[in-house]
Amino acid sequence: MSSPRIGQARQQAGAQSKQSGNVSAGNAAKLQATNLNFYYGAFKALHNISLEMHANRITALIGPSGCGKSTFLRTLNRISETVRHTRLEGEVLLDGENVTQLDVTSLRRRVGMVFQRPNPFPKSIFDNIAYGLRMNRMAPHGQLADKVEQSLRRAALWEEVKDKLHQSAFALSGGQQQRLCIARALAVDPEVLLLDEPCSALDPIATAKIEDLMFSLKDQCTMVIVTHNMQQAARVADFTGFFLMGKMVEYDVTTVIFKTPSKKETEDYVTGRFG
Amino acid sequence: MSPHLTWRKLVNNVMLIGTGLCAALSVSALVAILGYLIYNGGKSVDWNFFTKLPLSPGELGGGMANAILGSLQIVSLAGAIGIPVGFFAGVYLSEFEEKYFASIVRYMADLLNGVPSIVVGILAWTVVVVPMRQFSALAGSLALSVMLIPVVARSTEQFLREVPVSLREGALALGATKWRTIATVVVPAGSKGILTGIILGMARISGESAPLLFTSLNNQFWSAGWTHPTASLPVMIYLRAVSPYDDWHRQAWAAGLVLIALVLTANIAARLVLSRGVSLPK
Repeated sequence: MSSPRIGQARQQAGAQSKQSGNVSAGNAAKLQATNLNFYYGAFKALHNISLEMHANRITALIGPSGCGKSTFLRTLNRISETVRHTRLEGEVLLDGENVTQLDVTSLRRRVGMVFQRPNPFPKSIFDNIAYGLRMNRMAPHGQLADKVEQSLRRAALWEEVKDKLHQSAFALSGGQQQRLCIARALAVDPEVLLLDEPCSALDPIATAKIEDLMFSLKDQCTMVIVTHNMQQAARVADFTGFFLMGKMVEYDVTTVIFKTPSKKETEDYVTGRFG
Repeated sequence: MSPHLTWRKLVNNVMLIGTGLCAALSVSALVAILGYLIYNGGKSVDWNFFTKLPLSPGELGGGMANAILGSLQIVSLAGAIGIPVGFFAGVYLSEFEEKYFASIVRYMADLLNGVPSIVVGILAWTVVVVPMRQFSALAGSLALSVMLIPVVARSTEQFLREVPVSLREGALALGATKWRTIATVVVPAGSKGILTGIILGMARISGESAPLLFTSLNNQFWSAGWTHPTASLPVMIYLRAVSPYDDWHRQAWAAGLVLIALVLTANIAARLVLSRGVSLPK
């Protein structure tokens, strides 16, 4: 089931690399991290990470548990700041602007996030999607229902929930809940979508739906996905970064990472010799 | 069987019986109180008890309508003061905890929870009754609210802490401010638990007599207002029970039955709310 899609993703990524010649000359960098160090108390979780995430491309971060890939992702929308006793060095630029200079609530409106486990609010399906719209005053009176429908359609969930919009979001299946969370994030028109192992709690069919969704969203936003699943990175990502023990070992076009990595550690990891 | 095995089985059986006995004892206290109250109080609870004022000693009959209303008044005002203060204190403890201040507040709340209720009564007497030169429902409410605050604060804190971090992050990641996250996601998610804590706290203070003895005092008639002495069920029970008159003793039993019925109803209501599970929207 998955092999044709892997091929498709690789062809796409390969075509890009041929077009652009090399990685850094792809689309303009939407997000750019420079010399990031991150500390939990005295523990240094990220060591000097520099990474460009290109506009309208999917960047995957892979690596074994505890390698810092989620920590890195969480610095991009500054949700890392909600954990106490943490410290960030270096800078993250969004369209060239330092994210620490931006107002944190407007930054998070622009850089949406989907979490490892679906986390719908204890509200109705409708109110979950409307939450960000109401809060950011993005839906003038009378347009709210349209915007909610539009967001659910973008997340390919509308047909499944249109008759039960006012039921609890908890009544949905895990895969539907995760697409609801994606729809909720999309509702506020983010420029970037961060996905922190969005499929780790889902079955393969629900996973395939989320991946299809990611392809369809590429023309609308830039995506960065953390995943444990290397096949998933190979299927969906244009670029892949390999993290190990808080360092970024290698970053390149996805096909290069999976076929001809330049570092020994990367090769060992993607060929399943460890991790 | 080896002696060792025999010994192990013996210990097992002794402990099993011992714990079972203690469990039965703890329940039997409630059963005994309820049975005794129903037996003694049931005979004296009639329509007059709910509608008539108390009569002078020697006259048979009369009721405690003023004490029932007085208790409702005093407990309602105590709730109006204690619930918001306790709730917001609990929100602070759970959500805004900063360094040492929160742990000091938490420790003080636990201490306050353990302060004997009569001491709380003395506080209200000093702060309200003495300056106003008048026993009053207001003073009683203040004393009860002081007892309610730590209960509500700690239970609110506990239930808010049980709300998963992922829900908070979900709201923050959409651009919500911290307060907005708390008000629109965290508190609704913990609302059933918080409500249960509030109901249990209210049930507890409505049975307190000691803090009311020298704050709201008592009144044979309808209360003349918040700043005047006001009858309440717990104080009425105490005064009737220590009197030498048989008819008053019967009335004390009846008042006890009515009070415990109110408290049990609140308790059962709280459990029904909780048993519907985590806070799910309709």
